[in-house]
Amino acid sequence: MLLDSLFNGVAIGSVLLVAALGLAIVFGLMGVINLAHGELMMLGAYTTYVTQLIFKLPLLKTYYNAYVIVSIFFAFIVSGVVGILLEKTVIRKLYGSPLETLLATWGVSLILQQFVRSVPLAYGTGLVISLIIGLFLPSVFSSKVKESINFKYVKFSSWIFAALVGVLSGNLISSSVSKLSRASARNVDVTAPAWMRGQVEILGTAFPKTRLMIIIITLISVIAITLFLNQSAWGMRIRAVTQNREMSDCLGISTEKVDVLTFGIGSGLAGVAGVAVSLLGSVGPNVGGNYIVGCFMVVVLGGVGNLLGTIFASFGIGIMTDLIGAGRLLSIWPDMPLPLSNTINFFATTSMARVMIFALIVIFLQFKPTGLFPQKGRMVES
Amino acid sequence: MEFKNLKLSKKTTFVIWVLIIAFIIAAPSILPVFRLNLLGRYLSLAIVALGVDLIWGFTGLLSLGQGIFFALGGYCAAMYLQITSSSEFPNNIPEFFGLYGVDNLPFFWEPFRSPIFSLFAIWVIPALVAGILGFLVFRNRIKGVYFSILTQAALLVFFNFFNGQQKLINGTNGLKTDVTQLFGQMVGSESIQRMFFWITALLVITAWFFSKWVVKGRFGNILIGIRDDEPRVRFTGYNPVLFKTIIFSIAGGLAGISGALYTVQSGIVSPQFMTVPFSIEMVIWVAVGGRGTLLGAILGAVLINYAKSLVSEALPASWMFIQGGLFILVVTALPEGVLGWVQGEGPRNLLQRLGLKRKIETYPSLEIKNETEGLKNE
Repeated sequence: MLLDSLFNGVAIGSVLLVAALGLAIVFGLMGVINLAHGELMMLGAYTTYVTQLIFKLPLLKTYYNAYVIVSIFFAFIVSGVVGILLEKTVIRKLYGSPLETLLATWGVSLILQQFVRSVPLAYGTGLVISLIIGLFLPSVFSSKVKESINFKYVKFSSWIFAALVGVLSGNLISSSVSKLSRASARNVDVTAPAWMRGQVEILGTAFPKTRLMIIIITLISVIAITLFLNQSAWGMRIRAVTQNREMSDCLGISTEKVDVLTFGIGSGLAGVAGVAVSLLGSVGPNVGGNYIVGCFMVVVLGGVGNLLGTIFASFGIGIMTDLIGAGRLLSIWPDMPLPLSNTINFFATTSMARVMIFALIVIFLQFKPTGLFPQKGRMVES
Repeated sequence: MEFKNLKLSKKTTFVIWVLIIAFIIAAPSILPVFRLNLLGRYLSLAIVALGVDLIWGFTGLLSLGQGIFFALGGYCAAMYLQITSSSEFPNNIPEFFGLYGVDNLPFFWEPFRSPIFSLFAIWVIPALVAGILGFLVFRNRIKGVYFSILTQAALLVFFNFFNGQQKLINGTNGLKTDVTQLFGQMVGSESIQRMFFWITALLVITAWFFSKWVVKGRFGNILIGIRDDEPRVRFTGYNPVLFKTIIFSIAGGLAGISGALYTVQSGIVSPQFMTVPFSIEMVIWVAVGGRGTLLGAILGAVLINYAKSLVSEALPASWMFIQGGLFILVVTALPEGVLGWVQGEGPRNLLQRLGLKRKIETYPSLEIKNETEGLKNE
């Protein structure tokens, strides 16, 4: 019973964690609140759907079972590229004014939602492909080419090439997969491959495989991101900029590149979260909105700039949601006094559990206003 | 911190006001009933926008949860109307209770039998809720984006609560007001609606004068001080918590009044008033109109909503794109809003023609500088 509850809590928490991870990194580094994070998750979920349909084509049919794994990479790239574009066009202009960023990213989220509704997914895919090519083709050239004066023409022509490839691939996809050729605001469903359906029995309790898969995805993302931040050179640069931007700048770290990289990784993680979300239920333009506030709660509760805080906060919220929302406290402690059990019954739905958890978070913040693991400092502002 | 620059020049204000008042007086005879009703609704939204401007434009608190107070005001009004017109239903309680098998009126409905109580409840209850919520948050020096996130979460919590409680306040379906009775007439009838239009117009102007009075003088200076440099205000010996709580609850009260007026004119109040997008829209009205200019908030609310209804009628799908683009455009290109732009670098020729050549500096920067430094050095 307790194990059951713990597992459910961890499953809810791991979705929150993988979704909040990117948000926490971006917020910790740049102080940017990205309200479009939910929509980047949605893009990840749609990428899963598109990948699934493409893997149903005769050419790739034999590898169909592996599409979930492949879509994790695709989702990371798609959301990451959209994130990089967002950083380069909008967010870069707004560093240092978090409230303005918040509004601008909300605008972006509206546009992305409507984009998914009114543009056929095939052409959407084509657009993303051309973005990827356009952004990365110029960096393929050798540094000698890059430094020449004519590099801007190279850049320009690579965008033209990218646009051509995008249009072609959009047409190709739309003609081969009829489901993707029409725009639709309706929700779509991602079906898990056979090896992910059903349940696994651990210690006498049955666990759905999809949930286990999500926990594994989360685990891998957390480990990968921790390794990246702590072991790689770029990770070190990111941490340096998080701690002191001016000093890192003085020491020759390109803060501009670090910002792009961080934002790309944060957005990419949102895409991975989107894959997880698509395995849980149907995918629609509003799918991200259901998770975004939960993610923010994780960030607020966990404190900024510390992955450990994010991990603890998301599992804490996940387990609490399950305990309160499913009314499990009552079954753990059957003969509690009547007024208490009435109160617990009142909160024993998913939506009421949210009410309760928010109240708990506000109470918690009364004692620890900077979250679970605050960064130490002596600023007046903090 | 040049406070005088926040004010529009007197002549501009005067001209705009004359235009607005002339339009309001003429509106009932020019516009068809449907459009008049829409205008009335949008005017009532101007009141909540004034509140947003007070807390965001002047105090620097970006609340994404004004929908809570807006809806609370609406619910107070709707509960009064429902309960006064419930005499023909079984048990003398509003009709919808019968659907859920509720025989006794929930206790918190009782006071709404009194019209006096309801009139006060419309603005006192939202103001109290805002005050309590604000105090708990401000006490811990939670601010900036943290404050925005918490207000958004609070909004979601209230939404979930109201959405889930069928037996208390009819859940998702909300409370209808257009079929209820007021002064022996249907609230949805034309004469009553016309009366509400006048009341709304009057209250918008009153709310404007009130807000003007609030931001004037020492109190207003402290608010602007909090926006521009809160630690300095604290070290000077003022307690920012008190001022922030007061202004937040004033904004809550304004939102409540606005919600009540909006409810009686649109005929229903439902948890939809507490959705996340609606509350963020309120902010964008102010941002487009010009934050820190009270007139900008009113103009922004009315004009954007009018544009929204016109665009949505013609091209339903495109409004989201336009709105999203507006958000991005306003924060990147027009951070002072339209009115701020007109006064600042804006079309100087136009100003000259109106005899306003005197150069007016735009609205001073928000707490941009020190907030970055805070974040950067944390």
